[in-house]
Amino acid sequence: MRDISIIGIGQTPVGEHWGRSLRHLAYDALHLAMKDAGTERVDALYVGNMLSGEISGQAHIGPLIADFAGLRGIEAVKIEAACASGAAAFRQGVIGVASGYQDVVAVVGVEKMTDDVGSRLTAGLASAADADYETVHGVTFVALNALIMQRYMHEYGLSKGDFANFSVNAHANGANNPNAMFRRAISKETFMRAGVVANPVSLFDASPMADGAAAAIICPTRLAREYTDKAVHVLASAIATDSLAVHDRKNPLWLQAAEDSAHTAYRQAKITPAELDFFELHDAFTIMAALSLEAAGFAKAGQGTRLAVNGDIALDGKLPIATMGGLKARGHPVGATGMYQIVEAALQLRGEAGKNQLPHARLGMTQNIGGSGATIGTHIFKSSE
Amino acid sequence: MTVEIARHWRLNSQRYSLIGEECPACHYKIFPPRDVCPHCAEEAGPEFHFSGNGTVFSHTTVHTPPEGFEAQSPYTVALVKLDEGPMITAQLTDVDNGAVEIGLPVEMVTRKLAEQGDEGLILYGYKFRPQMAMA
Amino acid sequence: MPIMQANTPTGIVGYGAYVPRYRVPATEISRVWTDGVGGVPIKEKAVAGLDEDTITISIEAARNALHRAQINPALLGAVWVGSESHPYAVKPSGTIVAEAIGAVPHTQAGDWEFACKAGTEAMQAGIGFVGSGMQPYVLAIGADTAQSRPGDALEYTAAAGGAAYIIGRAEESLAEFEATYSFVTDTPDFWRRPQAHYPSHGQRFTGEPAYFEHSVSAVKTLLMELGRSAKDYNYVTFHQPNAKFPQRAAKMLGFEKAQWEAGLLSPVVGNTYSGATMLGLTAILDIAKPGERILCASFGSGAGSDAFSLLVTERIAGRANMAPTTQAYIARRKEVDYALYTRYRGKLSMK
Repeated sequence: MRDISIIGIGQTPVGEHWGRSLRHLAYDALHLAMKDAGTERVDALYVGNMLSGEISGQAHIGPLIADFAGLRGIEAVKIEAACASGAAAFRQGVIGVASGYQDVVAVVGVEKMTDDVGSRLTAGLASAADADYETVHGVTFVALNALIMQRYMHEYGLSKGDFANFSVNAHANGANNPNAMFRRAISKETFMRAGVVANPVSLFDASPMADGAAAAIICPTRLAREYTDKAVHVLASAIATDSLAVHDRKNPLWLQAAEDSAHTAYRQAKITPAELDFFELHDAFTIMAALSLEAAGFAKAGQGTRLAVNGDIALDGKLPIATMGGLKARGHPVGATGMYQIVEAALQLRGEAGKNQLPHARLGMTQNIGGSGATIGTHIFKSSE
Repeated sequence: MTVEIARHWRLNSQRYSLIGEECPACHYKIFPPRDVCPHCAEEAGPEFHFSGNGTVFSHTTVHTPPEGFEAQSPYTVALVKLDEGPMITAQLTDVDNGAVEIGLPVEMVTRKLAEQGDEGLILYGYKFRPQMAMA
Repeated sequence: MPIMQANTPTGIVGYGAYVPRYRVPATEISRVWTDGVGGVPIKEKAVAGLDEDTITISIEAARNALHRAQINPALLGAVWVGSESHPYAVKPSGTIVAEAIGAVPHTQAGDWEFACKAGTEAMQAGIGFVGSGMQPYVLAIGADTAQSRPGDALEYTAAAGGAAYIIGRAEESLAEFEATYSFVTDTPDFWRRPQAHYPSHGQRFTGEPAYFEHSVSAVKTLLMELGRSAKDYNYVTFHQPNAKFPQRAAKMLGFEKAQWEAGLLSPVVGNTYSGATMLGLTAILDIAKPGERILCASFGSGAGSDAFSLLVTERIAGRANMAPTTQAYIARRKEVDYALYTRYRGKLSMK
């Protein structure tokens, strides 16, 4: 197996791109990443995407995007793992390069959500849950997270305020990210006042759905220097799965696939969680942030919110999370989110995170959750200094 | 809409009356039925009729329904822990949204899950309601 | 002999009721349509929830009947649903009910329609099926989610509910059928054409020539043929389109309040159409004692009446509480206003 490095990154702002289609968005990110890497050719393209078929009526987007980006002829496939499509696509790229089958690979996560709005989009997202045993009962993604959060609060005696800082922190960080969908800080009072979406989940617990694309170019580490002197090294790449349905889990309040993929990743990277300088986690909902922190080993079961309450998750805290706004403020273009996390981790490790730059960013981890936790991909990156 | 006939039809007995399985090896009660026991990974076993009694493990109210569920919105969905062991996802019915507590004893009833428009099929299946007194 | 008695005596081996949770008070309807002026025919009526229809009502009533009968549902030789509000114009309610209660596939299933007496017709046919020895058990259901035109007199009463009866041999029964009789003529008092959403009716014509003529004639003939009179019965119940009609019919036939009181549910559940007479009977069976006699007569517009004479057996003891009683369903009540009621009944035009 060969060591891998990221040699180029690119992203479009997350938002409502009414004038840009799926292929345009993918191209925008891809083009920026290839320019950043200084390459005009790649050997393969992996596309992370969830809803192209449901929302844009377009399957088979691998060749569509490759051709549109001037890469006609190369190997190009779509990888789908619901909201974890981004991490899953990146891992395919890693496997392709590590195995020696490919040398320079592009991975793009893209989601075009605004081609349909309303109940059809809600239904499309819900298709990541168990169609025959969850979705058929009218369950939405918000509802699944609400079911988990409701029980979690009950079990551990928590109140809504315990989750506030996840949202406040994300919005504070998003304010300085030019690609974030929401660029305004919010107060705890704003969080507490927000309207309920599905009790106990309110508007500021949930991340906004939007269009977006983010891309990275990877190659073997020994070739990276030919392209850049700010390569970011991929120390670990792991995916684990759990039951598709929440009700089938041994413990619905524990993200087993997060624990499994994180521990595999720690082993691959030969590090302990305490060595990480920051963690780009999947805060699609505040409850998911808490569960991720617990499963990845930063808090005991039921204590994930303490890291938010005591400020550990802030940019100057012990374990900064959502350093560029996270899903909550940057936005959650589902199949692209995993690639946004990776691009943002790379920005921190390259020292290019602007006002949100961490003073000491050497080791960073990203974790991308698909569905209500059935597919979880964890990656660990290291700066090149 | 006639595209999903077989998909729903093959689940009639599970949906209408909570028929699952019992693992012949470890006697774990399984719902929904599977080919492999989720508990001991042996081949799953003969039919098992669940009593339909359980308790609310968690609940929430859906105000933004997916396509096909608009007519009944807002509605309460729950994770229900069946007395025989497994947990399932279902709607609660005959309750006031917001008046549900974790631990509420519930019983299975067969209700309309959704209608495929005015001309399509009506889907029936399990929901749960607060357990009723006999008299 | 116009009355019907099977060669092999039959009876009710299990029964079950169902009334939905929601109620709309009659005063709420008059508030909207008459400014509250004038009297109202009942106190309130039962309204089906958004996820209920004749099939779901039938399934719950049937399950209650099975709980009381304590028989294997696979032995049901027929599953018949009588209703004027079958959810499908074409596709039997009976097959869905049969599948849900575990009666398939070795069974007969189908739907009956005769306005409000579709369910009692199925009971009579069940007596024939079992009495002839063709099947050990038949499930006969009467259930409706009746529609009524907004503002029409019927809107005060058209309600939802149903009841199910398992008919089997007399020696297993909680109440034996002594005899039954059906009185039918072509009398157009109430009808609905296939594409019409709401029924039409002959207003006062629904009274004397329709309801009273048929109900009273059916009961009179049955009593005469059996050589009995009103005083031989502990309980009586009629079809109940409102509170007044069944009381007047009872009086015309010489029944006292003590006999009809237990079976008169329309003041608090409304007219449950195919479920009405049959729910009156479940309410009576919930309290009946061995040796007591019950008379019941349905009425279906169009028009006809099915009358039954029943003798309660020793096996009734302990059965009432093997499933929720009729009164338990009536006590379970959530009031809705006219706005919610119109939503629940699909009266809001969405296109």
